[in-house]
Amino acid sequence: MNSHPETTGIELETEIPGSESLALELGLTAEEYARILELLGRVPTYTELGMFSVMWSEHCSYKNSLLLLKTLPRSGGRLLVEAGKENAGLVDLGEGWAVAFKIESHNHPSAVEPYQGAATGVGGILRDIFTMGARPIAALNSLRFGDPSDRRTRYLVNGVVRGIGDYGNSFGVPTVGGEVYFDACYSDNPLVNAMAVGIVRADRVVSATAVGVGNPVMLMGSSTGRDGIHGASLLASRQFDASSADMRPTVQVGDPFAEKLLLEAALELIESGCVVGMQDMGAAGITCSTSEMSAKGGVGMDIDLDRVPLREEDMSAYEILLSESQERMLVVIERGKEQLAERICQKWDVPIVQIGVVTSDGMLRFWRHGQCVACVPADALVVGGGAPVYERQWKEATYLAYKRQFDQAAFEQQYAGRAAATLLLELLARPTIASKRWIYEQYDRHVGTNTIERSCDAAIVRLKEVPGKALALSTDCNSRYVYLDPFVGAMIAVAEAARNCVCAGAQPVAITNCLNFGDPYDPEVYWQFRQAVLGMGQMCRLLDTPVTGGNVSFYNQSQRNAIYPTPTIGMLGIIESLEHITPSGFERSGDVVYLIGWHSDRLDGSELVVMLAGEPLGTAPPFDAEHEVQLQRALLQAIRKRLVRSAHDTAEGGLAVGLAEAAIVGSVGATIELPFPATLGHLFGEAQSRVIVTVAPDDAEQFEREMACAGVPWHRLGTTGGDRLAIEHVGHWSLGELRMVWETALPRLFDTASAVPH
Amino acid sequence: MNVGIVIFPGSNCDRDAYYAARLVAGITPQFLWHKDTELPADLDCIILPGGFSYGDYLRSGAIARFSPIMRAVRSFADEGGLVLGICNGFQILTEAGLLPGALLRNAHQRFVCRNVTVRVENNATPFTSAYGQGQVLRIPIAHGEGRYYADPETIARLEANRQVVFRYVDADSNPTAESNPNGSLANIAGIINERGNVLGMMPHPERACQALLGSDDGLGVFTSLVHYFAHVSV
Repeated sequence: MNSHPETTGIELETEIPGSESLALELGLTAEEYARILELLGRVPTYTELGMFSVMWSEHCSYKNSLLLLKTLPRSGGRLLVEAGKENAGLVDLGEGWAVAFKIESHNHPSAVEPYQGAATGVGGILRDIFTMGARPIAALNSLRFGDPSDRRTRYLVNGVVRGIGDYGNSFGVPTVGGEVYFDACYSDNPLVNAMAVGIVRADRVVSATAVGVGNPVMLMGSSTGRDGIHGASLLASRQFDASSADMRPTVQVGDPFAEKLLLEAALELIESGCVVGMQDMGAAGITCSTSEMSAKGGVGMDIDLDRVPLREEDMSAYEILLSESQERMLVVIERGKEQLAERICQKWDVPIVQIGVVTSDGMLRFWRHGQCVACVPADALVVGGGAPVYERQWKEATYLAYKRQFDQAAFEQQYAGRAAATLLLELLARPTIASKRWIYEQYDRHVGTNTIERSCDAAIVRLKEVPGKALALSTDCNSRYVYLDPFVGAMIAVAEAARNCVCAGAQPVAITNCLNFGDPYDPEVYWQFRQAVLGMGQMCRLLDTPVTGGNVSFYNQSQRNAIYPTPTIGMLGIIESLEHITPSGFERSGDVVYLIGWHSDRLDGSELVVMLAGEPLGTAPPFDAEHEVQLQRALLQAIRKRLVRSAHDTAEGGLAVGLAEAAIVGSVGATIELPFPATLGHLFGEAQSRVIVTVAPDDAEQFEREMACAGVPWHRLGTTGGDRLAIEHVGHWSLGELRMVWETALPRLFDTASAVPH
Repeated sequence: MNVGIVIFPGSNCDRDAYYAARLVAGITPQFLWHKDTELPADLDCIILPGGFSYGDYLRSGAIARFSPIMRAVRSFADEGGLVLGICNGFQILTEAGLLPGALLRNAHQRFVCRNVTVRVENNATPFTSAYGQGQVLRIPIAHGEGRYYADPETIARLEANRQVVFRYVDADSNPTAESNPNGSLANIAGIINERGNVLGMMPHPERACQALLGSDDGLGVFTSLVHYFAHVSV
């Protein structure tokens, strides 16, 4: 392919020319089309316009989010690469090892085709991890669905859970944790956020950069078909409407077995030392991987599309360039080592073929049937290069004024007749609070033999590579809080994800985020986004947990409504010693039960209010960022001093639900005397910065001293023991009864799951 | 003793089996490649690990039985060599005809990953001698196709010959319907061939190899192998 003459543009004249109306059809704006004319100095071909349309889509270009994302703390601490520089974030573990981790959305594909949408979401995030040379050791997810009694919700839950399970189980990565919320705002637009974590020797990390003029550019993995064309631009980058079901062909189809082979072959290639750079093909396929790798390395590429193995022979250059067929990688190999690469791929039966070479002039040239069909500067296509960057207009959301009229006194008065004892059981059966066993048992959580089989507030994966250490992993976002106050709500999402890691005995070190919002052209949505990013940044700075990367998913809305703003946080914590692992449940009798932190009886944003009033009311729950940091420090210190037997943060459902969960999960009851009145607010309010802790009686005095020294308030609540939970002035329940209510809620909803085929 | 662990391209418990085997003094594990047609000469036992051998889109183990190494595994078993199939390995052994019966889609049609309790029904095998007869073990399962099925005559024969080696039971050692995670006939979790040298089991003993993973009850399978070879070599 070196024999091709320099492109002068003459060949391009035989191509169908693009036009403004075509640009609009492909999701670009008139201004963006003008910008393309300016960048190229000529009218783009039809194929080139297709490339711009995907690369400048919201999904690939972050054009409406980039300026705000840059305000987040994106380096420092244990970070080995700055956010956004590589396929995933990289955190130093010490002893020569690093963790690669990232979370990404696959919302729109999952809404249209839940099984394949969710499966390929998992596949895509796994590739982001192993393309850096890291072996995936854990997967998590964060899911949002509509009303579970809705037939369509049941169809979506069933498809998404099977999709995640079938892909991860076959690939062989343990799905160790996650979260699932149900709320009517997600009925049309469910959220499927998938997170993956891998481990890699810090000196073996592979960059997604092309360098070395003359180095061969190779395509490895599956052949290229017509699936997923315009997935990034037309499906992921606009809101749902009546025609969305017709978008099913834009959803990719996953093959976990092919991905497993790709993993093994890629890691062996890297180990052999022949890899210069590597990038997986997700959104925008060959277009995205060639342009990003070239732009990053300051080089160009000559690519012969005739050499791309195709599923259908008559595919056009446009289709090949935009295909989002899964399980493919673009690899730049060191010149002269092509045969070594071929031999390794052959061992794993993974096809690999040279499709081009690295060139010096920064231009991407694509050839089909001997004709140059596209000739574009790589830099013109990518983020940080030619891709547009916008600041949108914002305006404080108008619904807030109404929400803030919430009168708690009147609310408590109105429901004074409802027995708290019954309300506790009703809350335990709420799909958002109830046990997610029905879901997580469909995921292999043990493969790899690293998963610590203990109920903790975060998932825990030990590291065979770094003996004695473990990772704590948590995904979190209560989007109701964000809806009621985007700034504070996003702070809480970060704080709670960190708190979960601390409760499990870990030091939180870094986050990855998945920012799910509505239409950024709606000023109120953009205001939510802006506030949330600013709040998130502030909390990350306070906790010293920089952002390693992630993704933004806009246009999560249907004709009826936008989703609640949902900035999902994936938190990585490091457990310095396996002895620090702390369960969430009451596991021993006779321990002292404490509530530590800043208690309040406010019901703002609580599950109780949603359950009784049918909608979230008030503002975000009481939260003080400084207190939160103080609490987390003090708790981790007490855990490291081995003073804490169990720790469980109070979350949805407040203190009463937290106590019930700790009793159920640990299979030990407790007798509780509340140091405050047993009102709905005290029992079920969701004030942050509170943790239910148990301490051995002999350690109680020292524990109290530690908390006092750290300035963290504490209340003695009672003692663990027996097979009942008794809360004075509220009621008492057998563990069997509590467990039955908590465990059977989801099976009852989903066991008869709709038989709609996927 | 030398244990060979077969890597099929879609195996994903191969490294876990290796790791667990290494924890037991006296075992030297090594990997075997599915494309190999010959086995190392000094092999004492072969493990077919869990996973999705060739993707298993058609039916678990349906393609693996035709893989090059399975011919060698079959000869090895015919000569009395010990073969242990775990999960997907069990499925492959039934597909290959080395064990009777079949593993069907779970009765509830869903993949299930769960810590279950199984009872040792026969501790007089090379794979179970380290356990007490009737001992209840806590070992995890993770499969979509684990419902053991065979015709009534075969089941009767398996029971009569004490070829049912592991049975799903509740914590009180009763083989109840609730303790049966997949609808297996007679709560069967693992069986051995008539000759007593080929064992297939759906639970993953290699995942129950350390207390921090929830249980180390699975190690007994590996220590049994060591005992067996210590005994036969005397």
